Amino acid sequence: MHSHVKLRAPMGVFATLVSALALTACATTGTAGDTAKADAMDKRAKEFAATPAGEPVFASTYKPYPNIATALTGATIYDGRGGKIENGTVLFNGGKIVAVGGPDTPIPADIAVFDGTGKFVTPGIIDIHSHLGDYPSPGVEAHSDGNEATSPTTPEVWAEHSVWPQDPGFSRALANGGITALQILPGSANLMGGRSVTLKNVPARTVQGMKFPGAPYGFKMACGENPKRVYGGRGRAPSTRMGNFAVNRDTWLDAIDYANDDKAKRDLGKETLVGVLKGDILVHNHCYRADEMALVMDMAKEMGYKVSAFHHAVEAYKIGDLLRENDVCSAIWADWYGFKMESYDGILENAAFLQREGACVVIHSDDQDDIQRLNQEAAKAQAAGLRLGIDISDATVIQWITYNAAKAMGIEDMTGSLEIGKMADVVLWNGDPLSVYTRPEKVWVDGALMYDALNRKTRPVSDFELGQPGAGDVK
Amino acid sequence: MKRLLSIAVSALALSAAPAMAQDVVITNARLVLGDGGAPIEGGTVIVDDGKVVFAGRATPGQTFETDVLIDAGGAWVTPGLFATVTSLGLADVSAVDESNDITARGSPFSAALDASTAINPVSEHIKVHRAAGITRAATTTLPTGSIFAGQGAIIDLDGDANAVMQARAFQMINLGEGGGDRAGGSRVAAYALLSAALREAQALVGKAGVPETTEIGKGDRVLLTRFDAEALVPVVTGRQKLYVGVDRAADIRAVLGLKTQYPKLDLVLVGVTEGWLVADAIAAAGVPVIANGLTDLPETFEQLGATQSNAGRMAQAGVKVAINAATMQNPRRLQQVAGNLVALTRMPGASGMDWGKAFAAISSVPADISGMGGKAGVLKPGALGDVVLWDGDPLEAGSVPTRVFIGGVEQNLESHQTGLRDRYRVLDESVRPEAYDW
Repeated sequence: MHSHVKLRAPMGVFATLVSALALTACATTGTAGDTAKADAMDKRAKEFAATPAGEPVFASTYKPYPNIATALTGATIYDGRGGKIENGTVLFNGGKIVAVGGPDTPIPADIAVFDGTGKFVTPGIIDIHSHLGDYPSPGVEAHSDGNEATSPTTPEVWAEHSVWPQDPGFSRALANGGITALQILPGSANLMGGRSVTLKNVPARTVQGMKFPGAPYGFKMACGENPKRVYGGRGRAPSTRMGNFAVNRDTWLDAIDYANDDKAKRDLGKETLVGVLKGDILVHNHCYRADEMALVMDMAKEMGYKVSAFHHAVEAYKIGDLLRENDVCSAIWADWYGFKMESYDGILENAAFLQREGACVVIHSDDQDDIQRLNQEAAKAQAAGLRLGIDISDATVIQWITYNAAKAMGIEDMTGSLEIGKMADVVLWNGDPLSVYTRPEKVWVDGALMYDALNRKTRPVSDFELGQPGAGDVK
Repeated sequence: MKRLLSIAVSALALSAAPAMAQDVVITNARLVLGDGGAPIEGGTVIVDDGKVVFAGRATPGQTFETDVLIDAGGAWVTPGLFATVTSLGLADVSAVDESNDITARGSPFSAALDASTAINPVSEHIKVHRAAGITRAATTTLPTGSIFAGQGAIIDLDGDANAVMQARAFQMINLGEGGGDRAGGSRVAAYALLSAALREAQALVGKAGVPETTEIGKGDRVLLTRFDAEALVPVVTGRQKLYVGVDRAADIRAVLGLKTQYPKLDLVLVGVTEGWLVADAIAAAGVPVIANGLTDLPETFEQLGATQSNAGRMAQAGVKVAINAATMQNPRRLQQVAGNLVALTRMPGASGMDWGKAFAAISSVPADISGMGGKAGVLKPGALGDVVLWDGDPLEAGSVPTRVFIGGVEQNLESHQTGLRDRYRVLDESVRPEAYDW
């Protein structure tokens, strides 16, 4: 059996820097009325001043790569929102989707046309839970940058500061998994692991060159065994599940005080927590057990924030009704079970039972290998439902790994579905994407062809791989 | 009671008492023999007293006495899958230390460890994997304090009192980064330890001087005891297979070179991520491989050349390749990994396996490597009556068995997971809590 315990479980939340609007800051940025304070600040900050809280820092430098107007014709299209078009056409131009329709869709002149007969088209696949770059390959100690396991609450850390863009895992996720966007989370050693970052899955020299423009940050939290084991083992809180909640609640109360204190000195951790309270930063909470998820949802109500998704929600099927009522997504594996106590009740039917209850399902990886096959993981979960008479359409299953992930990450207005005006993040599969025999043939990000199985030079090779055995090989 | 049935015609299926080897006839199958060949449409399997007596396309008019007649209705029928390398039956929850017998932290013993002493035939993992079509497996402890993992067993998954088919079937060691780390921080130290251990084992059978080592250790760690050296006697005399965990091309060559000094070693390579770089040498040595199926990342410096085409390229070079269950999230993914190898045959520049060979890599080939050639993982006269009926293509990730026979006995496919599935199939506590739904 798979025996190692993953410390890098899912946790965090991220938020990518959005425009200047998104993070308008910790509550200290007051309304006006406080000119005296502003004057004092001006005096203090005359010579030395950091960029004020809420203004973009480490801003995205990503720009869509050159692209040409493209038509995919004759393919079966899953639009990411539950729709299916046989013999369909997708057009994109200027990096955006410009048309999605049937065979009668007009195709402009001077456009690159790919015959998709016998092939399938989906939106780019999105992994809501990855540690690529933070726990890159090779997984040596010097690269272990995913858990700031020095305090049970580290809301001040940002996952993007650990991302190594040369992780070869990004290219495998692109080529074998059709991944066009992914959320990189801090690990789950801590109750509050830090900010996540959402990336475009394009090779880049810097993490800023991958940051998804306009994506909100996420915030990673973790319940259960990991935090209490890591810190209890050091003789400090939390050492129990009740300790987990106590530390969390105290931390939120402090953040609320901070938010209400005009004179508070800047505090990176509290700025993130206040971002959560304001709804600008989305909470991604690693949580396996149903009873703990119910407690977390009540804690969120108590403190005035919302959980966007529970990750690794192995027991979500036991509370599909509660999750639906609270509008919280469950980001889950298809078949992981039994490797730790809180995963003991994992069943193949988790996704299907959630779907039956009308709750939001996202299939995630938390793994550098499974991210290459989210389509197959989704297919396993679908098949388990069908065996019980829960017939979930292929188009809906594709939504689990596209639009639903985008929604829980707060980027659903930009990507995650094939709709006019959205980013042309598109995968052309060489067959039914829910079959094990199918692989991506071409992957476009913002309309730019970033992977083509038929052209070996259209295969990214990271700096790390150059000159090493197998550089540029099929992987 | 048996009745004479004509297998060429549909007839009544007779129920029989469970948990006894039954005579079973399955007709109208899309039949997979597991020998690497393509499926046979309209196939028939006949199991008599727990053994296969016929598998193929039946001759019209052929008759056979049977307890059970199953018309597969065109469904896929295959031999049971053979999982290697696993730790099935050695842990309930791997992260719950007291339930985990896979690693013996704190024990002075290594090579002397004998997995067969602790196999739990009714482990939940065995139930779950039986329901996934795995009927036999190689299971072993893993290296902890020394380079030697201990002696693995071949087991069946039928849940009766005797899971162990062959105790001490193989010894396993690691001679890559993991072995170097455990030997004291260097591959060089691992080879020195191996050399010392094998010399001692030879001495114990009068082949290399006088046995003199009572213990090799460093600090509070014991790397070899006299009992471990004794356990290596069957390895050095070629009576017990030696599974060697190794990934880097240079390390693979070094392991193959061990045969020069120890000609009787019966080697099997495990992991073998860079095997494609030295495939010809592996083939020439006639050493079989239990390969990671889809490892394609340089997760360590010994895996720089990782590619999913590794297994396919080795097979093309003539290496006997089984798929390694050890690096999967769980061994029930064997079918999915094999299916992915088929997918690679459609990718330009990649190497995979055709359907029949991919299926063989999770059935007859691992059985053969495990000393069960012709007995397990294959449907042919004389083989054990392990037969699986599937609800779809067995290499599709979502397919599962509908019925499983092990040694001719139909298996119960229930588990903790099916109990949870049935309880939460409907969320309804209007009358009583879910706890009453069982």
